[in-house]
Amino acid sequence: MPQNEYIERWTKQHGRRLDHEERKRKRIAREGHKASKNAQKLHGLRAKLYAKKRHAEKIQMKKTIRQHEQRNVKTDGPSEPSSNPLPAYLLDRTQPNTAKALSSQIKQKRAEKAAKFSVPLPKVRGIAEEEMFKVVKTGKKTAKKGWKRVVTKPTFVGADFTRRPVKYERFIRPMGLRYKKANVTHPELGVTVQLPILAVKKNPQSPMYTQLGVLTKGTIIEVNVSELGMVTAGGKVVWGRWAQITNNCENDGCVNAVLLV
Amino acid sequence: MATVLPPKSRRQKLADAKRTREQQDIEFIPESVPNVVVHLRASDTGDQLAGELRIPGNSTAQQLDLLVNKLLQTEDDRVPYTFSLLTNSADPDSAIINITNDLWTSVLEPGHKTTEDVLTLVYTPQAVFRVRAVSRCSSAIPGHGDAILTAQFSPASSSRMATGSGDGTARVWDCDTETPIHTLKGHKSWVLCVSWSPDAKYIATGSMDNTIRLWDAQTGKALGDAMRGHTKWITGLSWEPYHLQKPDVYRFASSSKDQTIRIWNATLRRVELTMSAHSAAVTCVKWGGIGFIYSASQDKTVKVWDARDGKLLHSLNAHAHWVNHLALSTDFALRTAYHEHTGKVPATDEGKVNKAKERFEKAATLGGEIVERLVTASDDFTMYLWEPKKGTKPVARLLGHQKLVNHVSFSPDGRLIASASFDNHVKLWDGRDGKFLHTLRGHVAPVYQCSFSADSRLLVSSSKDTTLKIWDVKTGKLHTDLPGHQDEVFAVDWSPDGKKVGSGGKDKAVRLWKH
Repeated sequence: MPQNEYIERWTKQHGRRLDHEERKRKRIAREGHKASKNAQKLHGLRAKLYAKKRHAEKIQMKKTIRQHEQRNVKTDGPSEPSSNPLPAYLLDRTQPNTAKALSSQIKQKRAEKAAKFSVPLPKVRGIAEEEMFKVVKTGKKTAKKGWKRVVTKPTFVGADFTRRPVKYERFIRPMGLRYKKANVTHPELGVTVQLPILAVKKNPQSPMYTQLGVLTKGTIIEVNVSELGMVTAGGKVVWGRWAQITNNCENDGCVNAVLLV
Repeated sequence: MATVLPPKSRRQKLADAKRTREQQDIEFIPESVPNVVVHLRASDTGDQLAGELRIPGNSTAQQLDLLVNKLLQTEDDRVPYTFSLLTNSADPDSAIINITNDLWTSVLEPGHKTTEDVLTLVYTPQAVFRVRAVSRCSSAIPGHGDAILTAQFSPASSSRMATGSGDGTARVWDCDTETPIHTLKGHKSWVLCVSWSPDAKYIATGSMDNTIRLWDAQTGKALGDAMRGHTKWITGLSWEPYHLQKPDVYRFASSSKDQTIRIWNATLRRVELTMSAHSAAVTCVKWGGIGFIYSASQDKTVKVWDARDGKLLHSLNAHAHWVNHLALSTDFALRTAYHEHTGKVPATDEGKVNKAKERFEKAATLGGEIVERLVTASDDFTMYLWEPKKGTKPVARLLGHQKLVNHVSFSPDGRLIASASFDNHVKLWDGRDGKFLHTLRGHVAPVYQCSFSADSRLLVSSSKDTTLKIWDVKTGKLHTDLPGHQDEVFAVDWSPDGKKVGSGGKDKAVRLWKH
């Protein structure tokens, strides 16, 4: 490995060859010839690498050309600053880019009664108790009777939860598998935001899992949407809204959900 | 999925209980109040009515009203009056105390004056007609292909309204049958402002494509091609007041993002004057009734121009940030010209001009002289009240908003100012001295626009929170909540005859509201 900028230092001290510029110009002039020679002559891995490099270069070149072309085109009338029209008094203001709900669509959906109960993931894989819980075998008494369980899936635990005494704690929800936030996608707007989870509303597997706050695929959770700035038709700010989990959280290490609108 | 309101906290409950206790106290007016000597003075001319009067100290505002009507011999067609006490009778600009209920509770009990003093009461006529608050959405008319950015009712009647939209068209609506009549196609980009000429013959539209177009309001036909001149989009349009117009010469002023104001001759379709002293975008332009043109700009100044030759008369510098909007105390009179609440239109052109002039002078007269007051709203969270004819010093600074003030409007009688701000509140101010009156709380998102009813008793405001709200101006309370829009409401207008409210916003449908 070269240490320090010794080439630059040498150039600074002694200057360049007298014909440096000339040689450089000629090398650039012959670049096309060299490229064509390489393209025809190279074989095997080198050819592959060369082709890949050349491909990337060409894409870059095309992009630059297109940019230059667009710059030269003369359009009549100024381009609109954005696709959604704004009144004159909002034009020079930077709009905070909140994913605001298109409440019209929400209302239409709600009008269809059936839609109330339809969720993006209608069916989920059943999870057996053996998979969900691990029996705790530590301690003398506990091992003998085997009544203590560890939840092996991610869970949501409310902020005000305190664990019960060891003697009475039947289900342990491990700290490492607790989640407070979910990545929630608004289906109409196509935006994803990270929102705090408020509660687990329904786990389709079993009511007990709902109580425990287990987050599996298909679980309905309530998320805090106050920062989205959604407003009801009556003009009230919407605070909590339901969402359905769309991924296997235990495999991915995150909670992804889609907003139910 | 409705959100249930959280249960009230202990503190809230205590406050509620306290308030209910207070409300139970009936206001006590003593029976035996000594008589007081009053001077009655007209607010517009400043003339004194009927010398010194000795009246009971517990007389109510209604009784005073009867008295004034009797003295003026207008008992048959009674005019409602409001009364206020002038604290220093020699100085007409001194502080004013409104008499809300009766003399005892407003004046004597708080100790503003004693029964020994001579009270100078100023009486102001209120509108003889009463606008009923709109309470329902009579229709949501689809038609526009994109968000509605601006709306204005015709000055002649509430049966026509024009809206400008993001789809590049303006539309004229028949508000009686609630159907679209004309589509004004021509602009290549968003239509940002729409303005009816005071005689309701023409509509001018300004657009994002830097042009202005003129339309015949009756037929919906375009009058010629686009009027080019501005190099950036149009931010505001204002027609020449009817009583200043030369016969058959229609002129209007336009303000633009390109820092200029242009005066156009609509008949000859050319630029007459270009005023360019602003150093940033001009946000609003208003053509005043005394030959001034007022413009607000993002360069923090408000400039007053001579409408005849386009000379800069004053530059009003006081704001510390962009000036967003300005309103004149005579806005309503200038907009409606000779159209009265009675619906009678003078037959001759001369009669129309005289009527327009008379209405303007009535709106502008204060204390016997014609004063056009100006209020400007700014990004520095404040407003200033000016009287440009008297000088470049502001009359008052209106402090109180906590975010930028977007829109400001004078009530038709010039006695109130309403300001819509991004801090979710509308505030009401006294139009004479700029004193704070009420905060109208209720919106949960920035308030975009507000508009007074023709009798100055009600106010409608539109907000980002998808609702319109009607406010009772006298009490400062919410009168009616009008939900119905499905997205932000950008534009709202109360028709000059008070029958309808029109609104439009991001949900692309024009909504009409009626009683």
